[in-house]
Amino acid sequence: MSATIEMPVVKDTFNADGHAHDAQPIYLDYSATTPVDPRVAAKMIPYITEHFGNPASRSHPYGWTAEKAVENAREEVAKLVGADPREIVWTSGATESNNLAIKGAANFYSGKGKHIITVATEHKAVIDAVRELERQGFEATYLQPEPNGLLDLTKFKAAIRPDTVLASVMFVNNEIGVIQDITAIGNICRENGIIFHVDAAQATGKVDIDLEVLPVDLMSFCAHKTYGPKGIGALYVRRKPRIRIEAQMHGGGHERGMRSGTLATHQIVGMGEAFRIAREEMHEENKRITHLRDKLLHGLETMEEVYVNGDLEHRVPHNLNISFNYVEGESLIMAVKGIAVSSGSACTSASLEPSYVLRALGRSDELAHSSIRFSIGRFTTEEDVDYTIKLMRSKIDKLRDLSPLWEMFKDGIDLSKVQWASH
Amino acid sequence: MAYSDKVLDHYENPRNVGTLDKNDPNVGTGMVGAPACGDVMKLMIKVNDAGIIEDAKFKTYGCGSAIASSSLVTEWLKGKTVDEAYAIKNSAIAEELALPPVKIHCSVLAEDAIKAAVADIKAKQLAKASA
Repeated sequence: MSATIEMPVVKDTFNADGHAHDAQPIYLDYSATTPVDPRVAAKMIPYITEHFGNPASRSHPYGWTAEKAVENAREEVAKLVGADPREIVWTSGATESNNLAIKGAANFYSGKGKHIITVATEHKAVIDAVRELERQGFEATYLQPEPNGLLDLTKFKAAIRPDTVLASVMFVNNEIGVIQDITAIGNICRENGIIFHVDAAQATGKVDIDLEVLPVDLMSFCAHKTYGPKGIGALYVRRKPRIRIEAQMHGGGHERGMRSGTLATHQIVGMGEAFRIAREEMHEENKRITHLRDKLLHGLETMEEVYVNGDLEHRVPHNLNISFNYVEGESLIMAVKGIAVSSGSACTSASLEPSYVLRALGRSDELAHSSIRFSIGRFTTEEDVDYTIKLMRSKIDKLRDLSPLWEMFKDGIDLSKVQWASH
Repeated sequence: MAYSDKVLDHYENPRNVGTLDKNDPNVGTGMVGAPACGDVMKLMIKVNDAGIIEDAKFKTYGCGSAIASSSLVTEWLKGKTVDEAYAIKNSAIAEELALPPVKIHCSVLAEDAIKAAVADIKAKQLAKASA
């Protein structure tokens, strides 16, 4: 069935220079968000119009229909990750799930200790939630990953203190796609009585998740990275042994008091359908995506001074983050308008700091500023990859001709020894 | 980010890309910025005996605005005296290219590059005079 599904946008052709006229660029930013699968959208629509009832309404069929849809979706989400449906709490997305898990658990268990361990390359929704707890009197350790992006378990063990109450480590990194060893980290947490939270926003439909065996207490999910709608997510809260969290949103006592607010039935239905499709198709899909990723990698790594950021083996096939040395990321993005990608260079923002994730890997400033994240997915085709390789190669050549750093490199000058006139 | 047509034009068709002979006593070189900040500009000017800039070349590692700013100043520099060149202000560059506020530093960098190139040629001329 999946073979007949096409990305729900009009794809126009681009001229050889890679410039869009009225056309949409080829979408290679699936780690930012994915299009909603048309099958998901179709399933959602009746719950906006016909079945509009409030799932909390117990006195009439409008409510019963909505509640049934919500519970079916809860089952689908639980099935993808090997959980009990009663362990799934609906939220507005992974940012809320991360906040609810981290603040909720830290606050509930603060009597046991006030130290939190996390990683410098976590998503901002985790880092900033931990920072907020620091303002409230908690202490935090932000572990530096190894140069390949993975966590050294001995360093994790060494960071544990008698008062460590919570650890938060992401499953799949959003910028570089590396997969942390969640089982091993979870086992260490278990041995030390530490609550373990995992941000799995980038993991669903990409890696197998079985919470029946994974030693994880809290896990964050969202729909829109897995072909579901934006604005809906979930938090897994383990029942055995039971994990308690303090609600961050107070109100009608929905979701067993953990997250109040009227449930967004159509969004929830979309997330359920998206996760059902992921469960049924992910293994086939990942094979196809691995093939495309390998093709893209081969097409690009055969250029000079090209560096893959993050471990290639412990990595989802959807992500390829590459630094094209001596070419600045934003100018590269401008040059390749025919594709929609993102850059680790911060020149697009007011800050001049490049990606904190790439810096945490120990990448030099120029490599961090020269990175492009390609993320591929369900609707990426062979032709898309062929076009991307051709476009990238020609534009990199052009920008390197413009680059004084490339010229210096070619003249054998060691850039790390140059005294820069910083501004 | 939405760029002005002028930025896009300079970015797509940069003027005067290249290098002059840095050992030529009539060539001044200015290199400013740092890879850590995401932009490095190298500007070279060739000055004749009358003190007029005959040629200007640049190479830039940086965002589209940085490339456009340096491309634009190479156009402006040709035919100017070094003192006129030294007087070029970043605000004029920013205005000409309609740079958004977050990109003003690109025009500052281009002004710095001019000043550095002029300082270099003046130092060379001084060395020549005292030789």
